[in-house]
Amino acid sequence: MSDPILATRALCKRFGGLSAVGDVSLELHRGRLHALLGPNGAGKSTLINLLSGDLPATSGAISYRGRDVTSLRADQRSRIGIGRSYQKTNIFGAFTAFENCRLAAQSRFPRPLHVFSDARAFAPVRQAAERALEAAGLAAAADIVAAELSHGAQRQLEIAMALATGPEVLLLDEPLAGMGADEAGRMVELLKKLGPDHAILLVEHDMDAVFAVAEVITVMVNGQVLESGTPERIRASPAVRQAYLGHDGPLAGEPAGGRGA
Amino acid sequence: MNRGNIALAVALALLAAFPAAGATFYVELVTKVMILAIFAMSLDLLVGYTGLVSFGHAAFYGVGAYALALSAPRYEPANLWLTLPGAVLLAGLAALAVGFFVVRARGTYFIMVTLAFAQMFHFVFHDTEIGRGSDGISMNFKPVASVAGFAPFDLGKATHLYYFVLAALVAVFAFLRLLLRSPLGRTFQGIKSNEHRMVSLGFPVFRYKLASFTIAGAIGGLAGYLSALQFGFVNPELLSWHQSGNVLLMLILGGLGRLTGGVVGAFAFVALQEVFQSLTDRWQLLFGATIVLLVIFLPGGVAGVADRFRRPPSREPFHV
Amino acid sequence: MPLLPAPAAPGGPDPRVDLYSLLIQLLNGVQYGLLLFLVASGLTLIFGIMGIINLAHGSFYMIGAYLAFTLSSLTGSLLAAIALGTLLSVILGIALEWALFSRLYRRDHLQQVLLTYGLILVFEEIRSLVAGNDVHGVQVPPALDASIRLTDTLSYPVYRLFMSGVCLVVAGLMYLLIHRTRVGMMIRAGASNREMVQSLGLDINLVYRLVFALGVALAAFAGMIAAPVSSVYPGMGTQVLIICFVVVVIGGIGSVWGALAAALLIGLVDTFGKVLLPQAAGLGVYLLMAVILLRRPEGLFRRA
Repeated sequence: MSDPILATRALCKRFGGLSAVGDVSLELHRGRLHALLGPNGAGKSTLINLLSGDLPATSGAISYRGRDVTSLRADQRSRIGIGRSYQKTNIFGAFTAFENCRLAAQSRFPRPLHVFSDARAFAPVRQAAERALEAAGLAAAADIVAAELSHGAQRQLEIAMALATGPEVLLLDEPLAGMGADEAGRMVELLKKLGPDHAILLVEHDMDAVFAVAEVITVMVNGQVLESGTPERIRASPAVRQAYLGHDGPLAGEPAGGRGA
Repeated sequence: MNRGNIALAVALALLAAFPAAGATFYVELVTKVMILAIFAMSLDLLVGYTGLVSFGHAAFYGVGAYALALSAPRYEPANLWLTLPGAVLLAGLAALAVGFFVVRARGTYFIMVTLAFAQMFHFVFHDTEIGRGSDGISMNFKPVASVAGFAPFDLGKATHLYYFVLAALVAVFAFLRLLLRSPLGRTFQGIKSNEHRMVSLGFPVFRYKLASFTIAGAIGGLAGYLSALQFGFVNPELLSWHQSGNVLLMLILGGLGRLTGGVVGAFAFVALQEVFQSLTDRWQLLFGATIVLLVIFLPGGVAGVADRFRRPPSREPFHV
Repeated sequence: MPLLPAPAAPGGPDPRVDLYSLLIQLLNGVQYGLLLFLVASGLTLIFGIMGIINLAHGSFYMIGAYLAFTLSSLTGSLLAAIALGTLLSVILGIALEWALFSRLYRRDHLQQVLLTYGLILVFEEIRSLVAGNDVHGVQVPPALDASIRLTDTLSYPVYRLFMSGVCLVVAGLMYLLIHRTRVGMMIRAGASNREMVQSLGLDINLVYRLVFALGVALAAFAGMIAAPVSSVYPGMGTQVLIICFVVVVIGGIGSVWGALAAALLIGLVDTFGKVLLPQAAGLGVYLLMAVILLRRPEGLFRRA
């Protein structure tokens, strides 16, 4: 397998006496969709925050293409190619969907001294925004004010904004949160489409979606990695069933199976 | 936007025609208002478009004013074309220096530290030798606008000053309009809308906030310079927090986040002040009470009231 | 009560003077710091619990001082004036919260700043109407009007020690409030979250009203006890407000103990600054703030 693009080694995050993430080592490779599962409070969102730079690590290391990036701020990490979307929709509500993506793309072409030119006229940024909207399936909604979009469309916009920055790594925090069946299906298709070109880390509660798209699954419990492997292995693992269901019963994706936590 | 541009053109025409119709007293009054409008617009860049509520903007107004007063020679007039850019530059540098510290502070802290730093400037001009103390400085001559001996206009004449200030107002308005649709200006607005996401998208937000603070300070300094130009006199009250509070008030009167709001707010503010001062010596009481009532009942300002009539309810803009 | 042996050469310079001068400045710095703490703790409480930035907080200090002046003239006793004045301040606080501040909880910072700015203007004018614009003195109560002899030339006023003592008592009471009551639990959690308050079984409107009244009373009380020492003059509210802002910035918003540490630090820096560098004394506090901003922009203590 090729070298990992984003890797962590013994990553820890403590809040006072509470260990939210403990000794997590994982790798993200281009073209591989890596899902993160676990019950509520397992530390999944914290881990994403550590990787994106929204939270500083207590100890451990994060490397990007072999280079240590543990001390980089969130904006610096974005600039080197780590993009993320948020669980709680984090868009520019007052701007149109297009402007949301355009602004995101502008981060790669800041041009701060071009004080007299209209930002919207700059072709590379405009085109990057259009491509991102297209990829996320929002081309038709480009001129709608973001706050007026449906919830599902806003979740798509979340990802479109991350895409507009042209990242190599995508950290997606519960992109399907609050979505109905149709919207979720569209999102799953989007994830499948993005998989080959990016190194994706997906945090999700929707088990069906996860088993449909993930090539590697890591299960976290209480901030630690419980198990990591292919979907089949995870599905069959007694330890995982124990953690989720409290017993060895069937997991999602199987007949007469229940849904995970 | 077309309706907006027509309204702007009409307003400009009215302002341009005004001196022909008005007595000198009113010409000078409107000149004063236009200077305050420049001051208010400069703060609007910071507050209305970048989302940084500063309660210390008067500091840079004062720096611009004192720059003229301190650089004016005693026995001959200063040169406009030298002192004006110098004042703007100085105010911008002061804003850069202060901003370097205060932009690190967020939210409420930012309000408090801007107030504190402005008080520091006030202290320097009021209590030390630099500003010659609380009596202020009088200038014996108005600056001349001469280039190689030729002066195209005489700032000592009220109408000439009026048109010069009007030209400055239009220039500042046009500059800010252009700035706000440029990449830099859009970044400012992104920061106001959702700073956290801007960081997450890869923008080095500190630098942009500092840039906004500096530009706002420089333009504020321009307004201060013009004020010193008009009155021929400066004193530390130009940097008082009353001044900082008043310019914020102008913004809320005129409506935040729209450039014309600064202009409307300046007119409304001066109008209020004149009305209250004519009613009673205790006008500050009326003024303060009006501010309180205004915030409670009309937080969108004058423009906000107009908005409620203009926009159909189904398209209410999202209010974060 | 000399603490050192008498100087060896009678008629020669007294080395105890330098030490006692230092002690005096130290006591002054601590006293000023404790007073600032009283005012700043009110400010930081109101912000920490209710999320309101209140520019008019300095006005409460001024109101307290003017209350001390007018009531002590009426009753002839400063101590009675302080008791009565504190009661009046609590009532004022409750009234203000009910009428005005309760509307500010969901408003943005700019609106809070402007409304409280308007309030300052109103308070200043009312003060001007009621008590004029002159500087007034307030008599130290006779019981406390003494000095402790340190050397032949130096002595320290008992009243200032009384002030420090009272501030320490209030600080102690605040400690009990913060660490032994449910409201205190809320304060420690830095709760400006209505649901959290309600889940603790407290009536939120009542809590907010009382906390606000407490903040007002603290500031006014500080003004009252400071009146004999600092005099009563129109600009006193503004002056104390700015310094309180610096205290809160350095100590961390919402942190009462941060406010204490910062207030003492500022009290000492300001006092010794004035002695060592009289010209630039006013700037010392701002320089301190600038340094803190560089290293710890969230304040020394963040949330308590």
